Amino acid sequence: MLSTRSTTVLRQARFQFRSSLFSATPQFTSYARLLSSLAILEQRDGKLNGSSLAAVTAAQKLGGPIHAFVAGAGTKAVAEEAAKVEGIEKILYVDSAAYDKGLAESFAPLVVENIKKGGYTHVLAGHSAFGKNLMPRVAALLDSQGISDITAIEGEDTFVRPIYAGNAILTVQSQDSIKIITVRGTAFPAAEPTSGTATVEEGVDPKDATTTEWLTENLTKSDRPELASAGRVVSGGRGLKSKEEFDRIMPPLADALGAAIGASRAAVDSGFADNSLQVGQTGKNVAPQLYLCAGISGAIQHLAGMKDSKVIAAINKDPEAPIFQVADVGLVGDLFDKVPELTEKLKQ
Amino acid sequence: MSGLKILVPVKRVLDYALKPRIKSNKIDLTGQKQSLNPFDEIAIEEAVRLRDRHTKKTSPAAIASITAISLGPAKAADSLRTALAMGADNAIHILTAEDVDLEPLSVAKVLAHIVKEEGSNVVLCGKQTISDDSAQTGPMLAGLLGWAQVTQIAAVKFVDGETAEVTREVDGGNETLKAKVPMVLTTDLRLNEPRYATLPNIMKAKKKPLKKTNLADLGLELAPRMRNVKVEEPPPRKGGVKVEDVDGMIAKLKELGAL
Repeated sequence: MLSTRSTTVLRQARFQFRSSLFSATPQFTSYARLLSSLAILEQRDGKLNGSSLAAVTAAQKLGGPIHAFVAGAGTKAVAEEAAKVEGIEKILYVDSAAYDKGLAESFAPLVVENIKKGGYTHVLAGHSAFGKNLMPRVAALLDSQGISDITAIEGEDTFVRPIYAGNAILTVQSQDSIKIITVRGTAFPAAEPTSGTATVEEGVDPKDATTTEWLTENLTKSDRPELASAGRVVSGGRGLKSKEEFDRIMPPLADALGAAIGASRAAVDSGFADNSLQVGQTGKNVAPQLYLCAGISGAIQHLAGMKDSKVIAAINKDPEAPIFQVADVGLVGDLFDKVPELTEKLKQ
Repeated sequence: MSGLKILVPVKRVLDYALKPRIKSNKIDLTGQKQSLNPFDEIAIEEAVRLRDRHTKKTSPAAIASITAISLGPAKAADSLRTALAMGADNAIHILTAEDVDLEPLSVAKVLAHIVKEEGSNVVLCGKQTISDDSAQTGPMLAGLLGWAQVTQIAAVKFVDGETAEVTREVDGGNETLKAKVPMVLTTDLRLNEPRYATLPNIMKAKKKPLKKTNLADLGLELAPRMRNVKVEEPPPRKGGVKVEDVDGMIAKLKELGAL
């Protein structure tokens, strides 16, 4: 009896809560502008970074017209390629070597000028190293609280994002008039350039200077698919024991599957694999069709980066390893026997 | 310039090894172990190492002071004592209400205020907290101040009192930038291995100055921009199967359409 009553009370409370939400909405819309989005695209050496088109996919979910923005040396060509993405109305480009390396000190005011000119309500970029560096600075310049790493859009002001290494899912409602958003690439598959016919136009260039200077870069060269967007990922952990063993065991398996290679933090910290291969809360988020890992125990920080994978397979000699609680297919065994055997059998 | 005045913002968060408990639409922290945010620990460590590296007369940049700062409820003082025990000179505690978790923009505004008050010229902070995972406070602060910013740093080397060469981790590798003081740097995991505070240092830290203030005294009023609609458990993954051998694994993966 008591439980029934309390449920009703709860229901009533919920109803009141909801109706108060509804009454709040018109206040907003009375001075809200018509929704329009700007997607910030990334380029490197005059080539479009395809995964940054995730920002366009997210913008499509919002509705309203979508413009895209790209800046750097020779970006007219990048703009013309991105113009083929369906749903984009206009691409703004700023062709200037000053913005080539995406230094936030000058890139943020550049983006802000173009936001102001276009009157956008939503500005989106990928939650990549570039987006993470740039967008909070843009948000601060506009006095807006940015919204990081969203995985879903519930409404024009309501967004879903993982917190606590993906162990909790937070839904937030933003009251800022311009929403500055970074999107999780694995939650919004990048739009493909196909038969779109966006107009290509030059953006405004405030020519803000920065005292920060770009010196060098050191990028891992690889013919394998890019980790964050690969359909298949094979990942190695501490169980690989050394860099030599990691390099002996993991690449052949990756090649047999056409997969990207990832690593746990333990493997990266021990020097088995490069930092840029780290999967987890502090590394990359991946959500491939297949995530096959060997010698990874499955600490929560690692799971944060891969537990949205479609199928998880794990090889580990410890039957109690937490990875087996999330793995769809688990094999208890010594990876030094099992992985080469698997590689051989996959090649056949 | 009389040297670098480093400000290190630190936050007390749920210990990294613990899984958050969700209760009535909130993260329930009652009785849960809380610790210094790991990235902030790295920031303190780096500040102290910079000073150790720059003690000689010939060193390129002198470190004038290392100030740790935290915004949070009474217990945030514990994190500041940890920072002091690791080597910070003094600390500032900006007391906030128990149930308020300030948004990054608000934190950045408070830090900008303190930077001006303290005359800090380098802010060294974590790239993200492991609770909110926003990774915004550092670049926001740099934006508000109009300072240089280098995020996700893996190495920093001051070439003189004005200039630092900073390596940052980016997708696919790393890049090196030359940044000018004043600057905001945010730390990545690879920057260093934080030291443990030794017992004598913990004792000494108790005597180091810890200034307490609050937002009202600073004359700051910061309205939240976000409303938390709900906090939920992520959808659980269905328990899988264990297979006997490699053939079983291949068969199962084929069955699941992954091969």
